[in-house]
Amino acid sequence: MMATAGKIRHITPAPEPTPRRIEPVAGVPLIFELSCDGRRGADGPPRPDGVARGADILGRELCREDLAGFPELSEPQVLRHFLRLSQLNFAQALQFYPLGSCTMKYNPVLNEEMAALPGFAGLHPAAPEHLAQGALVLMERMEATLAEITGMDAVSLAPAAGAQGELAGLLMIRAFHRKRKELRHKVIIPDTAHGTNPASCTLAGFQVVVAKSNKRGFLEAAEIRRLASNDVAAMMVTNPNTLGIFEPEIREIADALHETGALLYLDGANMNALLGVAKPGATGADIVQLNLHKTFSTPHGGGGPGAGPIGVKRRLEPFLPMPRLMRTADGLRFDTDRADSIGRLRSYHGNFGMLVRAYAYVLALGGDGLAEASRLAILGANYVRKRLEEKFPSATSEPSMHECVLTHDLEKRAGVSTLEIAKRLLDFGIHPPTIYFPLVVAGALMIEPTETESREILDSFVAALEKIYDEALDDPELVKGAPYSTVVSRVDEAEAARHPILRWQPKEQ
Amino acid sequence: MRFMPHTSSDLAAMLDVVGLENLEQLVEHVPAELRAKAAIAIDRGRSEAEVAREISKLAGINSGASEFTSYLGGGYYNHYVPAAVRAITARAEFATSYTPYQAEASQGTTQAIFEFQTLITQLTAMEVANAGMYDGASAAAEAVLMAHRLKPKRTLVALARALWPDYRATIRTYLSSIEEIEILEVPFDSTSGATDLAAFEKIANERLLCVVTGYPNAFGVIEPLGAMAAMARRADAIAISATAESLALGLLKPPGELGIDIATGEGQSFGLPLQFGGPGFGYLAAKMAQVRQLPGRLVGETRDRDGRRAFCLTLATREQHIRRERATSNICTNHSLCALAATVYLSLMGRGGLRDLAERNVELAHEAATVLDGAGIRRRFTGPFLNEFVIRVDDATKALRAAEARKILAGIALGRDYPELSDTILTTFTEMNRTDEFARLAGALAGVR
Repeated sequence: MMATAGKIRHITPAPEPTPRRIEPVAGVPLIFELSCDGRRGADGPPRPDGVARGADILGRELCREDLAGFPELSEPQVLRHFLRLSQLNFAQALQFYPLGSCTMKYNPVLNEEMAALPGFAGLHPAAPEHLAQGALVLMERMEATLAEITGMDAVSLAPAAGAQGELAGLLMIRAFHRKRKELRHKVIIPDTAHGTNPASCTLAGFQVVVAKSNKRGFLEAAEIRRLASNDVAAMMVTNPNTLGIFEPEIREIADALHETGALLYLDGANMNALLGVAKPGATGADIVQLNLHKTFSTPHGGGGPGAGPIGVKRRLEPFLPMPRLMRTADGLRFDTDRADSIGRLRSYHGNFGMLVRAYAYVLALGGDGLAEASRLAILGANYVRKRLEEKFPSATSEPSMHECVLTHDLEKRAGVSTLEIAKRLLDFGIHPPTIYFPLVVAGALMIEPTETESREILDSFVAALEKIYDEALDDPELVKGAPYSTVVSRVDEAEAARHPILRWQPKEQ
Repeated sequence: MRFMPHTSSDLAAMLDVVGLENLEQLVEHVPAELRAKAAIAIDRGRSEAEVAREISKLAGINSGASEFTSYLGGGYYNHYVPAAVRAITARAEFATSYTPYQAEASQGTTQAIFEFQTLITQLTAMEVANAGMYDGASAAAEAVLMAHRLKPKRTLVALARALWPDYRATIRTYLSSIEEIEILEVPFDSTSGATDLAAFEKIANERLLCVVTGYPNAFGVIEPLGAMAAMARRADAIAISATAESLALGLLKPPGELGIDIATGEGQSFGLPLQFGGPGFGYLAAKMAQVRQLPGRLVGETRDRDGRRAFCLTLATREQHIRRERATSNICTNHSLCALAATVYLSLMGRGGLRDLAERNVELAHEAATVLDGAGIRRRFTGPFLNEFVIRVDDATKALRAAEARKILAGIALGRDYPELSDTILTTFTEMNRTDEFARLAGALAGVR
């Protein structure tokens, strides 16, 4: 301190010559740990003087003690907490996110604005139908659009998600056979199927019969003919399958099923390969479910919400879930009186907000843009596959559709696993592909680049994987120790399952 | 097309790598007879401005959304959504991420889910809550399936008739493939509007698998949940609660304190817009002893390699992607972004705010009941209510139309789902309604004879 006239009193300690670097706190505290008695993040509703309190009106015996442990923070504290959490995520908008069979394409930002329009966001589901015609027209157009794209005769927008669409489809299959006084107990599922398929079968009361795909990675009609019987209700097929291959014998498979009275359920998880390429309806499918959060660009939201519309051929229409949209002389309304329907899957009309987003997407792309999207998605998958073929060869020699499944020899050569490769990709700022799936490919990397990623991005992905390949041979420990650049290092998932801690609890006093 | 970055030189270079000359060759291996013969028969693509105009036009037609004073509830509630909620859920870091299977790249989502699970256990006074489900109705159905896994030999499922019609219908759909299950509806007391305890006691025997009760129920009545749970317990059956208006849990005794085994509900009231009925989210909470029978995702706390606290999806051996046909459910979502909205909402409302809001809803509804009563419009039931109740009118259709003519959506006619209540309307009051408008509502309804 320079001496100056008069006395100087230091009221704070002098700063240290070089400020110590403050390490960022490891992780973000839980919202409960930030809480401080008496803070509020929302002002209470205005309450006129002299009004009896709600708890007194109801009587204390109906009311709880106060919400012990609930957080108490100001609005800016809450905002900062969740913004900080947001920064701990990878996201499609930030990173290349080539998760196979998940279709992490760009989610147009306009679509969020459209869903938030007061005419939609503020519309109560029990509002009289004549005051909600705009919403119903949007649903009618969406049904027609999806019917055209899939080549089906009728569409229901009710299922809340792809897996609920599967459940709906299987219950319809059950109802269809019941109506014909047939009891059929089995559903054929290929060994390449997503896990939801067999789980949905169990939920719908069917036993699963597994069909083997051949060495080339697709289903042969002969195998289906061998398995089909009058106890088989249906077969569920994902096309393109999870190896990214268009099932070349799908029409013969459909015929084989239909000859024995069984139905073909098409899982439309991979519909992003088929827009304007082939309609599921033309391949013999009786039921198809779509995932609007995949092909139709609604955001994945960190695990939903999505929507899982189902399309059917005419003979299955009576069994569609409730409610059904119906055009009358007075406009559109919901029909809830349908004797053969499988019934309701949830409250009200479905995940309407996701339908708005998907409709904005199909309007933006149009028929021409959708067809272009599939072709560019297919180009991207084949490009990545070709460029990586030396170090990460394809699991199949068949041409790829919108995704490719690659494998590698690093486990053998360097003891480096697919999981470790995936974790190392994080250090390159790339979200890993789907791994170890389909189950029929050892150490699979399932890559779906989507049509909205540029060639430079694909090239950088290729370069990253090639680099990791070389690292694994030169210095396997480097790869095994990954990731290094993420907010946490490798997370101990086994420990989480061994000693489940599933909620925060206040420390014992 | 503006979402696709490919220039003509990109295309040429990429096609060159894959050894093709044009895009069409990429799909030539698809059998010719299956390949689309014609272009997709929908209009050509549009500019962003055109899309916005077209969709805004449709939104504008929905006069029910904005031009009316609304007293609609019935499972979906018009509550104020603080701006901070949307500011967070609109973050692309949350909205455009995938299910957090890669824990190291998803600490934001997993920690938020862990906080969500904690908030739900606090609200319900249960020990464990999953990461979220589709909605309240399907969560109730999943709870019945969970009960079935816990008590595979029991065959009788009891549904309170006063449970929401959509919930009952959804449970029926989910159970439709289990041949041995019989579903019985427990009548409600025609005076109080609460479930008839004596009627329930008669079927609470060794066949009873579970009972599902609305809390509050479809008439807005606060059910004697503790008595229902005690009877279920005596029969060694599972007591399930279903709460559509989850704001109730800010004030009412929580299901866990009343002996409920599985508490379920709809979370739309917690920061989600009406959105014509979805997406909201469902929740399901239970006891730790039954955690391995829980459907849906769970996030757990653990450590990273360097000993730091971290979060990840856990107990996945219950789930479809691992267990396939032996999974506890086929569900493959937790409506994560909706659960996040609720996590932000509940954090803002906090310990005092949520109770305060629930109390204010009670106060408004009771003031409305007094105003309506003064105009000669009586409550149909005597049971205690939170923020909605049933009123008696001469002709429900006429009454609703008369109110509509005065720009009021007075409520929901119950006759379609309850023929015995064809002369009633369910009417709902939240903090979005103003007491000085109640007289106008009363006037509109009282004028109908």
